[in-house]
Amino acid sequence: MRALLALEDGVTFEGEAIGAPGTVVGEVVFNTGMTGYQEILTDPSYAGQIVTLTYPLIGNYGINEEDDESRQVQVSALVVRQVCEHPSNWRARWSLREHLQAKGIPGIHGIDTRALTRRLRAAGVMMGILTTELTREEALRHLQASPRYDQFNYVRMVTTPEPYVWDVEGMKPVDAPVLPDTRYRITLLDCGLKYNILRRFAALGSRVTVLPCTATAEDVLATAPDGVALSPGPGDPALLSDIVAQVRRLVGKVPLFGICLGNQLVGAAFGAKTFKLKFGHRGCNHPVKDLRSGQVTITSQNHGYAVDPSGLEPGMEVWQINLNDGTVEGLRHTSLPIFTLQYHPEASPGPRDSDPYFAEFLRLIDESRG
Amino acid sequence: MGSRLKPAATNPIITRSKRRNMPKDPSIRKVMVIGSGPIVIGQAAEFDYAGTQACRALKEEGVQVVLINSNPATIMTDTEIADRVYIEPLTVEFAERVIARERPDGLLPTLGGQTGLNLAAQLAEAGILDKYDLRLLGTPLSAIQKAEDRELFRETMHAIGEPVPESWIVESEEQLREVAKICPYPAIVRPAYTLGGTGGGVAYNEEELLQIGRLGMNLSMRHQVLVERCLLGWKEIEYEVMRDAANTCITVCNMENLDPMGVHTGDSIVVAPSQTLTDKEYHMLRTASLNIIRALGIEGGCNVQLALDPNSFQYYVIEVNPRVSRSSALASKATGYPIARVAAKIAIGLHLDEIENAVTKKTKACFEPALDYVVVKFPRWPFDKFVTADRRIGTQMKATGEVMSIDRTFEGALMKAIRSLEIGAIGLTRRGVAALSDMQIEEGLAVATDERIFIVAEAFRRGMMVEEVAQISSIDPWFLEKIRQLVEMETRLRLHARELRDLIQNPCNGHPAAELLRTAKGKGFPDAMLADIAGVDELALRRARKALGIEPVYKMVDTCAAEFEAETPYYYSSYEQGESG
Repeated sequence: MRALLALEDGVTFEGEAIGAPGTVVGEVVFNTGMTGYQEILTDPSYAGQIVTLTYPLIGNYGINEEDDESRQVQVSALVVRQVCEHPSNWRARWSLREHLQAKGIPGIHGIDTRALTRRLRAAGVMMGILTTELTREEALRHLQASPRYDQFNYVRMVTTPEPYVWDVEGMKPVDAPVLPDTRYRITLLDCGLKYNILRRFAALGSRVTVLPCTATAEDVLATAPDGVALSPGPGDPALLSDIVAQVRRLVGKVPLFGICLGNQLVGAAFGAKTFKLKFGHRGCNHPVKDLRSGQVTITSQNHGYAVDPSGLEPGMEVWQINLNDGTVEGLRHTSLPIFTLQYHPEASPGPRDSDPYFAEFLRLIDESRG
Repeated sequence: MGSRLKPAATNPIITRSKRRNMPKDPSIRKVMVIGSGPIVIGQAAEFDYAGTQACRALKEEGVQVVLINSNPATIMTDTEIADRVYIEPLTVEFAERVIARERPDGLLPTLGGQTGLNLAAQLAEAGILDKYDLRLLGTPLSAIQKAEDRELFRETMHAIGEPVPESWIVESEEQLREVAKICPYPAIVRPAYTLGGTGGGVAYNEEELLQIGRLGMNLSMRHQVLVERCLLGWKEIEYEVMRDAANTCITVCNMENLDPMGVHTGDSIVVAPSQTLTDKEYHMLRTASLNIIRALGIEGGCNVQLALDPNSFQYYVIEVNPRVSRSSALASKATGYPIARVAAKIAIGLHLDEIENAVTKKTKACFEPALDYVVVKFPRWPFDKFVTADRRIGTQMKATGEVMSIDRTFEGALMKAIRSLEIGAIGLTRRGVAALSDMQIEEGLAVATDERIFIVAEAFRRGMMVEEVAQISSIDPWFLEKIRQLVEMETRLRLHARELRDLIQNPCNGHPAAELLRTAKGKGFPDAMLADIAGVDELALRRARKALGIEPVYKMVDTCAAEFEAETPYYYSSYEQGESG
C-alpha cells in the first residue's frame, strides 16, 4: 500500500505504508537516536507528533514485551527509511510492522528521511499529514483545515485517569500495603511520564504515588510525600498555567524535582517564560554542561520548548546548559531543595550517564528532613 | 576591514585568536611523537593516519612537534606534517639521542600503536623520561599497564563490578578435578606453551573437561592448562570511547562483528553501528565501556571489546586497547569523528568541550556521533598471494588490510565492500564455491574462512533456511536474512533476465522490468553483475539505467544525522529515491 507524507510547506514524500491505513495530522519532528524506537513510540511526550527516525534501519530487533514506556503507542505516526521485516533479538515478540498495525498507528517507509530531516532543520518543525487514502491535493487541503499542534492540551490526554502506586514490584493500586524497606515516598504529577522514571525511583527504595495532572497542591500534599517529582510531557507548556499555579503553591513546602516538561513548569512557577525551539532536541547524544562543576554529560533528550531564563526570579539559577545551542537544561534553587532537568535522567532510550540525579534528589530529601 | 590596519597588539580579534592557539597547559611547548615503524600484519597504515592527524592537531594548538619514525613510506614523515622529523630506529638508544638534542617537554606515545607504547615504556623504565624531565602525555603508563597486564586488568574489572570471563590455571590432576566441578560449561581448555595451541578444545561437561584437561597438561611443556568460560558464538561488540582529564567521557561509536566470538575482530566483518542490539543492550554495554575507561584512567581514546550472550543480558569484558588502534581508525572514518586529533588535544590538557567539532565547526567534540547510514568493514586477506596458507580464521589475525563502505542500507554497504576488495568478486559469488558439495558447504559455514560469506550465500542458493545457517555458523539471523534477500534478488533477476534485456534495449519507465532494475540497484547490485545476468554489455546497461533516471545520490557523513549543517565534504553514494546532501 502506498502512503504519502505532506508537509505544510507543500513538500511531499511518497513511500510504502507500514502501519494502519488512514490519515493523521501532526507536528513532524525528527529523532537522531540509533536505538530505542520502541521506547520512542510509547513515550507520551511524542503525542500529536509524526516522528521521523534518522537512523535508516528501524525494526531490526523487533518489539518486545518489556520496553514500553507507557500503556500505549503515543506517536501519531512513524516515518522510517527501511523497516525490518525479520527482526532478530532474543526478546523480540512482534515485528515493527505487525505492532503498528495492531496498535492502529500509521507509518511510512521507503522515503528519504535524510532529505526530510534537512528540510525540518532548515525550515523548523512544521505540521504534516500522513495518509494512505488521500491525493496530494486533498491531503494538503485537509492539513490546512486542521488545528495546529500547539493548540492542543496533550497533557490532559496522556495523563493517568486514576492515581496509582509504583514500587519495586511494579504498578499497584493506591491502597496497596507499603513494602517494609520503603525509604522514600515520592509523589509524581503525571503530565506524560515514562515508566522508567518510576522504575528508577523504585530501584532506589522509593514508593511512588502517581497523580493525574489535574491534582491540586492539596491533593499532592495529602499523599504525605517526602519529595515531589514533575514528569515530562507533550505540548506547549504555555497552555498549562493551571498546573504551574499548583507547582507554585508547592514551592517551599516539599523538595521538588522537575524532569523535561517538569523543568519548564518549575521555570514558569519561578516567573520564566518558555519558547519554541526551531527543531527541538530529540536524540541520545546531546552534551549538557553543569555550570557548577564544569562536567559535561551526554544526555537523552526529547523536547520542543525551552525555558527563557531572563525572567527567572532571584534564587532560581540556570544550573545546566546545552553545549550545542546554550539553552537551559537544568535549574537549581540556591536555598530551597529544588532542581530540574530539561533532559531525561531515566534514559530509555539513550545514555544512562545522568541516572545519579535520582539518587541526588533522594539525598536532597534526606538533607531537608535534617 | 579597518581592524586589519591596527597594530597586532591592540587588535582584539588577533589577541583572541592568539589565545585560542595557546595550548591549554602552557608548560608544553614542544612534543615528541613516536611513529609506528614498519607495517606488519596486525599493525598497518592506521597508525600513520592517527599520527599524522595528531601532529597536525598539536601544531594547531601552537605546539612544536618532533617526530621519530623509521618508516619512510608514511605521511607523518613528510616535512610539513611535523616541525622536525627524525628517521631513526625506534629504539631506546636512538630515541634518547633525539630527546637529548631536542629537549621536548612532552612525549606522546599512544598514537604509534604497540610499537610506540612499548618504546615509551622502555624509555620510562630506563629512567630517560626522568633524566630529561620529559612528561608522558595522554594516558599514563600505569593505565596502560592496567589494561594490558592480564591480572591487573582482571583486578580492576572486579573492583568496578565489570564481568570478565572466569578462568582457572590448572597444573595438577587435583586442581583439574576441582575446577571441573565449579567451572561453567561449555568451557575452553588451552594448554600453556604448546605450538599452535594443540591439545586444546571445548568441553561440554565434567567428563570431557577431565579428558581434554589431562591431554592438554601432557602436551604442555609446563604441564599447565588454562580453563576458561567458553564464549564461542556470543555476539562481539566494540565501543570506541574517549575521556579527558576532567573525567568527561563519550563514546564515538559502537560496532558489531558479523562473525561472532572466536574470530579476531581484525578478521571479522564489522558493521557500525550495531544492528541487533536493543536500546537496553546498547546502553548497558556503553555504560560498561565508560565505567572501564574511567577506572583505567585513560586520557584519550580507547577501544573496549565485549561479548554479549545472544539469549540474555549477560556480557563479559574481553579486552581493552588503551590507545588509538585499527578500530579507532575505522570508527573515525565511519563517523567523521577524528579520534586521533581529539586524543592529541586531550593529551596536552584540552577538555572535550573545548575542542571544536571539525565537521560541523559549530558544535563541540564533546558529543556522540549519530549515524544515518550503515558502515561495513570487510577484511582483506593475502591468501591470493599465499595459496597454500591455512585459510581458516580464528583468534590470530591474518588479514593484511581492510576496506570500508557506507550506504543507507546494509545490503548496499555489503555489496560495495565486496567489490572494493579487489579479489575479482562483484557480488556474493566466488569462483569454486558453486562446485562445493553440500557437506563442504555445511563445513564452510561452521569453520570461519575468508570465503565464509560466499558460502553463506551459496547455502541460501541451495535452499537452506536462515535458522539452519544460523545454527551452524552462529552468525546472527539478522545478517543472514539480509544475505538471503540478496540471493533472492539475484534469483529474481535471473528469472527475469529476458525482460531485463528487453528493458535495456528499450529503456522506458513503464516497462515491467524497470522497477526490478531500480530495486536491484537499491540493494547494491553493480552494473557489471546486472549486465552479466541480462546477457548484455555493461555499458549498454549503464546507458539504459541512466536513461531511466536510476542514478545514485551522494549523502554526507556529518557526525550528526543532518541535525546541524556540516562543513566537511565527506560523501558516500546511495541508490535511493531522494536528494543529495
